[in-house]
Amino acid sequence: MKGMSIHMNNIIIDGIKISVPDNTTIMKAAEMAGVSIPTLCYHPDQAVKANCRVCVCEVEGDKLLQPACSHTVYDGMVVKTSSPKIIEARKTILELILANHPQDCLSCIRNENCELQSLAAEYMIRDNPFENRVRGLKKDLSTPALFRDHDKCIVCNRCVEVCSVTQTVHALGLEKRGNQALVVPSMGKELIESPCIMCGQCIHACPVGAIGEVEDIDRLLAAIADPETVVVTQIAPAVRLALGEEIGMPTGALPMEVFVAGLKHIGFDHVLHTNFTADLTIIEEGNELLGRLTNGGTLPMFTSCSPGWINFCETFYPDLLDNLSTCKSPQQMFGALVKTYWAERMGIPAEKIFSVSIMPCVAKKYECTRPEMNSSGYQDVDIVLTTREIGRLFRLSGIDFSKMAPAEFSPWMGEYSGAAVIFGATGGVMEAALRTVYEVVTKETLEDVNFTDVRGFAGIKEAEVDLKGTKVKVAIAHGLGNARKLMEQVRAGDSPYHFIEIMACPGGCVGGGGQPITKANEKRMERLDAIYIEDESMPIRKSHENEEVKAIYADFLKEPLGHRSHELLHTHYRDKGQKFL
Amino acid sequence: MAEEMHIVLRNYGKIDPLKIDDYLNAGGYDSLNKARSMDRSDLINEVKAANLRGRGGAGFNCGTKWNFAYQTEADQKYVICNADEGEPGTYKDRLVMEGDPHTLLEGMAICGYAIGATKGFIYCRGEYPQSVNTLKQAIAQAEERGLLGDFSLEVRQGAGAYVCGEETALIESIEGRRGEPRIKPPYPPISGLWGKPTIVNNVETFANIPSIVTNGAAWFSGIGTPFYPGTKVVTLTGDVVNRTFFEVPTDTTIREIIYDFGGGIRDGKKFKAVQIGGTSGAFIPEANLDTIIGFDHMVSIGACLGSGAVFVLDETRDLVDVAAKIAKFFSHESCGKCAPCREGTVRLQDLLDKINDNRGNSSDLALLNKLGRVMSYSCFCGLGQAAPIPVLTAIEHFPADYAAKLG
Repeated sequence: MKGMSIHMNNIIIDGIKISVPDNTTIMKAAEMAGVSIPTLCYHPDQAVKANCRVCVCEVEGDKLLQPACSHTVYDGMVVKTSSPKIIEARKTILELILANHPQDCLSCIRNENCELQSLAAEYMIRDNPFENRVRGLKKDLSTPALFRDHDKCIVCNRCVEVCSVTQTVHALGLEKRGNQALVVPSMGKELIESPCIMCGQCIHACPVGAIGEVEDIDRLLAAIADPETVVVTQIAPAVRLALGEEIGMPTGALPMEVFVAGLKHIGFDHVLHTNFTADLTIIEEGNELLGRLTNGGTLPMFTSCSPGWINFCETFYPDLLDNLSTCKSPQQMFGALVKTYWAERMGIPAEKIFSVSIMPCVAKKYECTRPEMNSSGYQDVDIVLTTREIGRLFRLSGIDFSKMAPAEFSPWMGEYSGAAVIFGATGGVMEAALRTVYEVVTKETLEDVNFTDVRGFAGIKEAEVDLKGTKVKVAIAHGLGNARKLMEQVRAGDSPYHFIEIMACPGGCVGGGGQPITKANEKRMERLDAIYIEDESMPIRKSHENEEVKAIYADFLKEPLGHRSHELLHTHYRDKGQKFL
Repeated sequence: MAEEMHIVLRNYGKIDPLKIDDYLNAGGYDSLNKARSMDRSDLINEVKAANLRGRGGAGFNCGTKWNFAYQTEADQKYVICNADEGEPGTYKDRLVMEGDPHTLLEGMAICGYAIGATKGFIYCRGEYPQSVNTLKQAIAQAEERGLLGDFSLEVRQGAGAYVCGEETALIESIEGRRGEPRIKPPYPPISGLWGKPTIVNNVETFANIPSIVTNGAAWFSGIGTPFYPGTKVVTLTGDVVNRTFFEVPTDTTIREIIYDFGGGIRDGKKFKAVQIGGTSGAFIPEANLDTIIGFDHMVSIGACLGSGAVFVLDETRDLVDVAAKIAKFFSHESCGKCAPCREGTVRLQDLLDKINDNRGNSSDLALLNKLGRVMSYSCFCGLGQAAPIPVLTAIEHFPADYAAKLG
């Protein structure tokens, strides 16, 4: 910029001369100099906390060691990032943390994927001079979605920040002080009694195994072991591209056919796809939107695919439940159909079907247990497994995916369009809906199906679509802090939008609570790119062109929003705000 | 013999703290009127030239601090009085708040005028209901007389956390959050309460201000040691004859405080050690008693004037036992924010308890030493950095006490 010059500071880090702008932290400067400094409480997408003190460095002239994450440089600064003094300090701090941490790494859900464990190895902690003393607190197993193992908490505060700042849920907070300080659900209650919406973002934020998903692998294996049970699974849109990360592949690299083959190898009898019901959702939800637009229904309409978002709306905006689309999430539409329509087509008795759902989500584990999700006459979805759990099963199975022969989806509920694929991205449901709604309303073919305004990682996106004279204003938010901004507008009565898509998790399902442990948003963005590549590669990219969707309307549902749809594909919501008053 | 000099306590015991007329008759609020007739930067320069340094423990030049807040542009600025007097053995602030509250209010109002703040808070220790009561009455009286002008004052009570004496933890507490220190910089004069420029000074610091404004910088800077001029209110506890308080010039020596003002050691016993500045202070041996209490002189012997608490120990005291009790205090008062303090204070306590119970060995002592050293330069705030000081100085100066207990 003309007339503006950035003030640079010449500093020396470990003997390396480097020039960096004002307000650069030692950590960033070291990164530029090619020097890596260990961290524990640091999180690239959060405020700097400087509470673990593992990143302390020596600054010439300072008596105190300085934390590299928060300490900023000045001209002439000379820094050492490693020295016997620094190593002694870091090692002592790690010993202190470990001495107050269970020594059960071998059986921990985060074994081999734990920041504390890595540091302990790096700093060669062998015989800890401090006696191990764990508080022996009761695990919080109150929710069907996620658990908290209080003893493992290292009080880094990353989960508290993601819960209160990113998600504005405030389910977690610190209680007590000193050595008794602990992150607990609000008011010291159990998670289920807190405002927790079970998005599971705290799992990604946690550097250790203090929070994790409730695992359902044993129930799956028991079902597979039973010869009478037909194990059927659905796969959510965002799973495939991230699952590769769990088995040593780059993001997006695992081919769908190989994924299907892997599941069959494990013992699934039929592999189907949630994308089928994602396409179906577009037909139902698109028609619902058109109905509300023409009949003066409650607007703006909100999407209802994200169960974390549903919990949020029920808890914090119970006055806006009428704005929520009555469509079940694709998972639950699938669950209701697999034990009715699909069972009938396949000639399999519904009671024999064990319906498994593979999701990037932990809130889905809760969603499938909601009492209203029994419209098939059975629990529609029996269990939900996260991407991480499937990753564990794949590693356990010893499959060499590079040599695996591809396999096919079973019929009737396995076909899908590119519009369904992008459900996994923030803005994807909106774009998928626009592709269909445009053609339904205008009766014209959409030349360019790419609605790029609704793509990307911006917290709130908006667009206006001209449906031949009818202008529809839409908005998209991901992460509930962003959603809250749109909701406050709606509550105040000055929302300019007709249709709002909300995804609870940053990035949408690609960043879901059940995905491979994702520290940085950078990874979520990489997965978003992979999703649009897959969309581009699909022969069909509009939901209403899905042949199996056409078939289910012709043979079973008859019409969108018809009698059977209402029975099986739509739901209602409840006010959960009362319990916190 | 050294003599007392009363600046901070000039009205103490002479006026009825609940009668504002007593204060006015003693020349009260004349300084504020004088200050308000001055140019703001002249006023700040006067305080700076007086070289009044913070009486809370850090010893930063008060006028320089005020100038940061004055220079920072903002729609709102704040003045906070740190009255969270939590150091065991310290009660100097209470003397002012309960004996001469208007001196504090006047000092704060002068600061408010100087930096351009119209709102002040007194963050008072939770265990001081009497101080709170007196302050509230004094504020009401001053407001009723219109003496404070557009400067409004509010008393906030702490909930008993020692860490809230740390200025940023105190600010967090006023904002309604958990009392935990903030990352510095930014320092409060740039971004403090609710992100606005904020001056946080100790009660004793503010209590010096009216006299400085009245008598001028030259008068003040000529008192005591030139590096840390003025007086200091000290509170004597422990094994001394006179367990009481004094206000003395800052060039008074430790020996004078203990023997001249304190009347020496009780029951004819011999001196062993003295801890100055509060419970995180160093243990000072006999050899250093001729040091003057001025801030930099104390630092030069590895000690700190801090709050001015003087805790004297006679020859019968066991320093391991004393250090163990201090360690228990810090493990109870650590806020838990940073790992080395949260985990370290409790381990200091464990190790000291073990040695004190004759269960320790030389490797425990070595670990205690290492842990204390690491904490002193790795912890987030002054609490964790200072917590090991009594332990480490006890090991340094009184190794025999430890040796006697090691197996």
